[in-house]
Amino acid sequence: MTGETSALQLVLTGDPGLYAIVGLSLVVSLSAVLCAALIGVPFGALLALTRFPGRAGVIVVLNALMGLPPVVAGLAIYLLLSRSGPLGSWGLLFTPQAMIIAQTVLVAPIIAALTRQTVEDLWSEYRDELAALDVGPIGRVATLVWDARFSLVTALLAGFGRAAAEVGAIIIVGGNIDGFTRTMTTAIALETSKGDLPLAIGLGLVLITIIIVINALAWGARRAGERYAG
Amino acid sequence: MRAPLADLPVVLANATVVAGAVTILDGVSLSLDAGTPTVLIGPNGAGKTTLLRAAMGLTPLTHGEITWGGRADAPPTRRAILFQRPVMLRRSAAANIDYALGMTNMPRAERIDELLALVGLEGLGRRPARRLSGGEQQRLALARALARDPAILFLDESTASLDPAATKAIEDIIRAVAARGVKVVMSTHDLGQARRLGGDIVLLHRGRLIEHGPAMDFFDNPRSDEARKFIAGELLV
Ligand SMILES: Nc1ncnc2c1ncn2[C@@H]1O[C@H](COP(=O)(O)OP(=O)(O)OP(=O)(O)O)[C@@H](O)[C@H]1O
Ligand SMILES: [Mg+2]
Repeated sequence: MTGETSALQLVLTGDPGLYAIVGLSLVVSLSAVLCAALIGVPFGALLALTRFPGRAGVIVVLNALMGLPPVVAGLAIYLLLSRSGPLGSWGLLFTPQAMIIAQTVLVAPIIAALTRQTVEDLWSEYRDELAALDVGPIGRVATLVWDARFSLVTALLAGFGRAAAEVGAIIIVGGNIDGFTRTMTTAIALETSKGDLPLAIGLGLVLITIIIVINALAWGARRAGERYAG
Repeated sequence: MRAPLADLPVVLANATVVAGAVTILDGVSLSLDAGTPTVLIGPNGAGKTTLLRAAMGLTPLTHGEITWGGRADAPPTRRAILFQRPVMLRRSAAANIDYALGMTNMPRAERIDELLALVGLEGLGRRPARRLSGGEQQRLALARALARDPAILFLDESTASLDPAATKAIEDIIRAVAARGVKVVMSTHDLGQARRLGGDIVLLHRGRLIEHGPAMDFFDNPRSDEARKFIAGELLV
């Protein structure tokens, strides 16, 4: 990529390097959202339905983790995965997997906290009916998550927004290696520091477009679903 | 429906519910036996809802005991309640019934249609339950309660917000259900309805059981002052 080529030209000419960057960005962020959802939704739902000493503290910490600085998360994962770290033998540092792990750490608290709120609100509404129907704990979680599924899409989107936008964590654990761990955000950071502003701006526009498209798709799916299920 | 006697009679012995400084139910002793419907009456705040919830097993007692068919730990499988303000699941009308059926072990699809027809909602099965009118939701909630094939059915002011035609429809269903041997225990502010449906009447006031007797005796020869006043439409204070 040269400084004279604009991102628009790269897109129009089907530049494979650019597509690799966009593709990796999507794979990393969407995988992280998926992993974070698998952790965060059940955790948030359980937290909504259980009462135990220290629960308020857990909720406060969870809410605070929504604002966890990406560089701090990146540093923590770096220490875990680095050669001398406890998981160093996995050999994951500076790989896309490491980036997915780091973003999962960033996104899971968001999904868990928003799920907790959504499920708890629905639970206060459903509690009597589910108790009257003698629904057990697992059935309750399943029912609430299912009936809140359209609201939970918003939680997933918030998580995706955070993952797609962040650069601090993945640049630390991924290393911004060209053709291997370079994503849109890390490329933007690099190109900007190199002074290649047109390319950085072009990549930024591509990123924003992708985020808008994904939000539009999710919004449409939510609308259609709500019309059907009420 | 099967002969449904396992949970009966429901016996409340000195049932007392205290919330904070308020005694909501105050030493109520009452036996709900198989047979004609039992109707709870009393002014707002008398404790009708609390009594129904306790008899359903939802509200724990502070003092006293409740037994179902002689057992204090009877599983609530053959009990159903229609709340004063029923909550529809965010699903279609049919799925709401299906959900209640899923908690039992009954064959589904035909039974859903049967229940929808029973409450006069045939053809509305695919509509989102929350988009139904208030009266339709009330009827759907009745169908959902009946889906559990209850031996005992608690109804909390289930016709309070319905027009006369819908009220009659619900009363007809209650009569039919009772005729099949289901024990109905219902609260109402409609004394006409209490006369029409009640086999026995329970008058509650400020959490206490004031009078309990066969409907005819209760309305023709009330024993207590409170009952006399209540029947005459005077305010109980
Ligand atoms: N959890 C609670 N904490 C405190 N007070 C309560 C609680 N639940 C009910 N009460 C009070 O207990 C009293 C009886 O309530 P309940 O709902 O059983 O009355 P009700 O006879 O069903 O009245 P209505 O005809 O208005 O439905 C009311 O004064 C109510 O405010
Ligand atoms: Mg009430």
